[in-house]
Amino acid sequence: MSQSTSRPGHLQRQPASDSQAATLVIGGDWTLLHYAALRSEVEQARRQLSDEEHIELHTLGELDTAGAGLLVELLGPARIARLNEWAPQLPPERQALLHTLASAMDQPPASLPPQTNGLADVLAHIGGTLAGLWNQQRTLLGFIGLTLQTLLLVLFNPRRWRITSLAAHIEQTGLDAIPIVALLTFLVGAVVAFLGATVLADFGATIYTVNLVAFSFLREFGVLLAAILLAGRTASAFAAQIGAMKANEEIDAIRAIGLSPIELLVLPRVLAMLITLPILTFIGMLSGIIGGLVVCALALDISPAMFFNILQRDISISHFLVGLAKAPVFAFLIAVIGCLEGFKASGSAQSVGEHTTSSVVQSIFMVILIDAVAALFFMEMGW
Amino acid sequence: MKSDEPVIQVRGLVNRFGSQAVHVNLDLDIRRGEILGVVGGSGTGKSVLLRSIVGLRQPNAGSVMVFGENLLKLPPQRRSEIERRFGVLFQRGALFTSLNLQENVALPLIEHAGLKRSDAEFLARQKLALAGLPPDAACKYPDELSGGMVKRAALARALALDPEVLFLDEPTAGLDPIGAAAFDQLILTLRDALGFSVFLVTHDLDTLYTICDRVAVLAQKRVLAVDTLEAVAATDDDWIREYFHGPRGRAAQDAAQMLETP
Repeated sequence: MSQSTSRPGHLQRQPASDSQAATLVIGGDWTLLHYAALRSEVEQARRQLSDEEHIELHTLGELDTAGAGLLVELLGPARIARLNEWAPQLPPERQALLHTLASAMDQPPASLPPQTNGLADVLAHIGGTLAGLWNQQRTLLGFIGLTLQTLLLVLFNPRRWRITSLAAHIEQTGLDAIPIVALLTFLVGAVVAFLGATVLADFGATIYTVNLVAFSFLREFGVLLAAILLAGRTASAFAAQIGAMKANEEIDAIRAIGLSPIELLVLPRVLAMLITLPILTFIGMLSGIIGGLVVCALALDISPAMFFNILQRDISISHFLVGLAKAPVFAFLIAVIGCLEGFKASGSAQSVGEHTTSSVVQSIFMVILIDAVAALFFMEMGW
Repeated sequence: MKSDEPVIQVRGLVNRFGSQAVHVNLDLDIRRGEILGVVGGSGTGKSVLLRSIVGLRQPNAGSVMVFGENLLKLPPQRRSEIERRFGVLFQRGALFTSLNLQENVALPLIEHAGLKRSDAEFLARQKLALAGLPPDAACKYPDELSGGMVKRAALARALALDPEVLFLDEPTAGLDPIGAAAFDQLILTLRDALGFSVFLVTHDLDTLYTICDRVAVLAQKRVLAVDTLEAVAATDDDWIREYFHGPRGRAAQDAAQMLETP
């Protein structure tokens, strides 16, 4: 099968003479290497080929399945079926190959999908997307209901609590996320302090940087940053884990054993998030304020002692509570969206990828939307 | 086209997972044009052996010579050229789920044989038909198909480049008996016409009796016996005796004899 000495396959037509009928000579190597050239030659020759024409295979060199397919295409199933009559010298294994290919290819061609026009496609796509969005929200509400229902059932039955799984998820979603949450909020805290100092310096009020940092982190940034980080880190992990399990029929296996996938997979994840996000929020608030404190001490000549003094004097505990109260809501949404997207994935790798992306986008969107609504609410209430 | 010249030589292969050794000093030859059946109990490392030969797994020791060259020590370019001469059918098909069947088979044709997309897809449909799939399956995606159809499509992809060595990992598992018999026949026809070698991991005794030229038995971390089926079946070993002379082995043997003497 060395490719260097390969002679390209060819077709040669010898017109009819007195002694013999018109002959088509098939020669050379009919292999994948020469496929493109051979195929166009076959297309041409097939139209001219008549039933009486004599076929000559003496000079046929190498033959692989690609070439054999072309020969079948050229000669047609009827002629191949009579192969041992007109080409008895062809080795039996090659005859078998041609017969196999002929019977495989002797099937009606597949029906093509119906043609559509562009405008209708666009409209149908818009409609499909809108209906999909509506459905997505309905499924989410249904899934939340199902989760809460299962939670209530399990809550009063301590034997069904899955402590091991819960602990493992707390470690993965909480403990392992502490460094990144702390670092990120620290940096944002420092940035906010710098921004505040720059703006407030014009009014000679740099001292209020302390209030700015504490106020923003306690009420908003601590919980928002932690939630967005977990939406990226954990919602995607949940969707991918459950999606891969679905692809591997593990979810079906759980059902077939008579267990509830919601109880086994969703509840530990949701509970773990409910426990960890408030803790991470607290850590985020602390390290954000420490970020502000460091900037104040290094760049604004506000000593840590003074920083804490102002903190104690000006910032009431209610800000902290307002911030922390949002954490469980966000936690629940992030976990539920992550799990639901996992369940929606179908068997393919692409689908798992799409739903993982969707879980992150949806949960970040939900977190920011609810945070905005909550900010309005708390402002109106004067909390 | 059969000959004793080996296309693949495995020498002193050692594969370990942690402290557990799967292969110790395993030797095996695959000759040109033969169909070599590889059998062994579950967990004896049949798939691991396949992966070591194909170069997907770096063995802990030993050498694998493929067409006279050590695959794992070659530069990437040369290695890719050699790997092109392999066709591998994985245990669960391993079709690309983001491509439809026709695109799955056309992929190696476009990437390696340099065909135009239209030519490649035409040829891909032929290969799918050859593997026994109906024409309307060509535009379906793997997750819309049954396990048996995925196997057939995977065979079509493995055959796409007309390989010189075909690796099949339990090809007939999950096929109905008629489909499995047709599968065996197809492999045999293609081997006779094209002269490739086949490395066939299987538990299907019918396949062993119908198409295998030689059988290698993996046990006790090495190749316990490799020879024609009759010679292997006569080996004095408890496991081999039970394997070939148990109720299923006898049934398959009877069926094969009935086929030969109609």
